[in-house]
This record gives sequence, structure tokens and C-alpha cells, in this order.
Amino acid sequence: MVSADVASGSRVDAAWRVLATVLDPEVPAVSVCELGIVRDVIDHNDVLEIVLTPTYSGCPATEVIEHDILQAIDAAGLGPARATLRRAPAWTTDWISAEGKRKLLAYGIVPPGPALDAAVPIRFFPRSAKTVALACPRCGSHDTERLAAFGSTACKATWRCRACREPFEHFKPI
Amino acid sequence: MTASIQLERKPEVQYLLRIGDTALILAQRLGEWCGHAPVLEEDIALTNVALDLVGQSRALLTHAGVLEGAGHDEDQLAFLRDERDYFNATIAELPRGDFAFTILRNLIVATWAKLLWERLQSSSDAEVSAIAGKAVKEARYHQQHAADWVVRLADGTAESRRRIDVALAEIWRFTAELFDSDAVDTAAHAAGLGPRFADLREPWLAEMSAVFDEAGLGLPKDSAFRSTGTRGVHSEHLGFILAEMQHLQRAYPGGAW
Repeated sequence: MVSADVASGSRVDAAWRVLATVLDPEVPAVSVCELGIVRDVIDHNDVLEIVLTPTYSGCPATEVIEHDILQAIDAAGLGPARATLRRAPAWTTDWISAEGKRKLLAYGIVPPGPALDAAVPIRFFPRSAKTVALACPRCGSHDTERLAAFGSTACKATWRCRACREPFEHFKPI
Repeated sequence: MTASIQLERKPEVQYLLRIGDTALILAQRLGEWCGHAPVLEEDIALTNVALDLVGQSRALLTHAGVLEGAGHDEDQLAFLRDERDYFNATIAELPRGDFAFTILRNLIVATWAKLLWERLQSSSDAEVSAIAGKAVKEARYHQQHAADWVVRLADGTAESRRRIDVALAEIWRFTAELFDSDAVDTAAHAAGLGPRFADLREPWLAEMSAVFDEAGLGLPKDSAFRSTGTRGVHSEHLGFILAEMQHLQRAYPGGAW
């Protein structure tokens, strides 16, 4: 319940502070705010609206995120709240904050570079050719190679480092 | 058993279902690879692609239900339609075959879908445009993934080359249907909803040729054969997919977890 002395502005501010503590369920190193999927918080007086933009069309975490967010808002006494979905503009990895990217790297996931324009034609990399290699998030070596275009989630690709022999993931720009 | 729903065949509904059903049925086929792909990484990749396709199809089926105006939601449209009310292109329902067949089909469909989503971004329907803005980026990754593999298989061992050749000879005749135009997409085009499918053929051929050049594959000759899934007349394979896919909702109506 909303206490009578909490003004509208501070309720929204308080909600943002709570949302900053809600972690992504599949990459629990970054918050949903750092990922850039919380687009707006609107105070309708009777209900607080949290506007979300999903990362991928089929991301199975979307429903869990909605649930986690509403639970956190409720636990902080800021409810009742509802989550709504905003599809456009489409989420892009460019919305991940600088702090979010730093945390991804520290977690062992190479953060995405600038998002690709979907209109750019696909390119082919002959297996023999030297391609742009990512720096290993553990040892920093560029002696790395991509193993697969997808990984434990649709948003990541699987890589390995030939120097320290450790596998790592790359958050794909999209 | 729950009775089937009757679909009102409005052109705009049928247009969106052609795209949404193609994504849904291909996703179902790709899901069959879970636990069976040649290597773990590709097992995960194929099911990740399937997941994107399910997401795209959920959005399109939901919106098709809104446009139909009969109160059907995504689940009712997916699980309670009869075969003749499914409008996926036949190519999506063909059995999964071997890895070469699956990856070649993914290239064909993803290239088609990417070109389609690109154009749907400027749809007069704001929801379709919003769905396309997300899906086009996913389709691009699907296309890149499949193209890399087609090149690799064609340029790999004698066995991988033989398999991609066999797959190409088998699948090519089903590509023509993706570019068939009729009253449905002509109406969609006139309303600004989306492009005519025939208009995708030229850019699709250009992108397919680029991949085939890299792979050292020639474009096969077109055939007079026409599959007709987008009009609701399917191969013998769709009924079996629907039987498996729809079983739970038919036996336990409204079941959820």
C-alpha cells in the first residue's frame, strides 16, 4: 500500500531505486535497469506502471523478470503495480549501461560492441582467415576463437581462449 | 477432446498467419533436434533459433487474433486450429532430415524472413512494425548462422558435400511457394500491411546466390512443382506435427503451468 505522505515523484524515484536492485535471472551480474529493459515508470496514483521492453522475441526470462520486478516493488511497499510491454523501439544492446558492461566483463562475459545495422549484409569468415578476436575476459589474451554462434542463452555466443584454455561467453551486439 | 476453433479467413489474418505459422512450425521441427544435433553447440544453436521463432510466432498469432476479432488468443490459434486453417509454407513442415537438410532449410527460410521483416518494419500496422523491429535482428543472426554452416558443409569433406548436394536437390522445389502471390498478400500490400511475397524473390535470390557462390554451389533449376501450405493445403507431414503439438491442449483444455 502507498502511504499518504509519499508524493508521486518520490514514489517513482523510490521505484527506480528498487528496480536497480532487481537482477537479470539469466545474467545475475547486472540489474534489469543496467540491461536497459526498464523503459519507464509511471505513477497512475492507484497503480504504478513499469514499462518493459523484451530483449529477444522468445526470451524465456521475460516472464520471470516481470514477476521479480512486481515482487520487489510490492516488497518495498510501493505497489500495487503492473508491468506492461513496449515493443517499439526494439531493445538493443546499445541500451546496456557502461556500468552494466563493466559488470558483464567482470562476470566473465565479454560485453557487446556497437549494435549492427540489420541491413548490413552477412559476411563469411573462412575458417583459416584471421578474424577480429575478442580479448579473453580472464587473462586478456587475444588468442581466442569463437566456438559457436549461440550459447547458454540466445543473446550470447560461445568462445574459448587458447592462452588460458578457459571458455567464455560473448554478449552479441543486436 | 476440445473441438477445433473456426477461423474467419480475413486476408490480413491469413497474411500474418502465413508468417507466424511458418515460424511456429519450423520452431517445432528445430525443437526435434534437442538432444540429437551432431555437437552440443549446434544442439543449443538450433533450439535457440527455435526459441526466437516461437517468440515471433506468439506475437504474430496474438495480433492475428486481435485482427480476426473473434476473441481467439495465441494459444487457441496455435493449439485449436485444424490443419486446413494453418497457413505455414510447406517447406517448414518437411521432416527435419539430416543436419545438412536442416541447416539449408534454415538458410532458405531465414533469408526470406529477414527480407520480409525488413519490409514489415514500415507496416501501416504499428504492432506489426514493432514486432518486425525486433525480429529482423534475430533473423539476421539466424541467416548468418545457417550461411556459415552451408559454406562449411559444402566446402568440407566429400561426405558433407554429398549431404548438402542431396539436401539442395530435395528442398529446392519447395522454395517457389515462399514467393507465390495471390489475393491475400495483394490485399496486404494494398493496405500497407506488408509486401507482396513475389516482391521478395529477387532480393532473396541475390542473397542466396552470394552464399552459394561462397560455398561453390550452383543455384538449382526451378521446377513446375508447387506446394500449397500457405493456402491451407499441406503435405502429409503437418497433421503429425499438429497431433503432437496440440495433444495436451486438446486432451486437457486450458491446461497451464
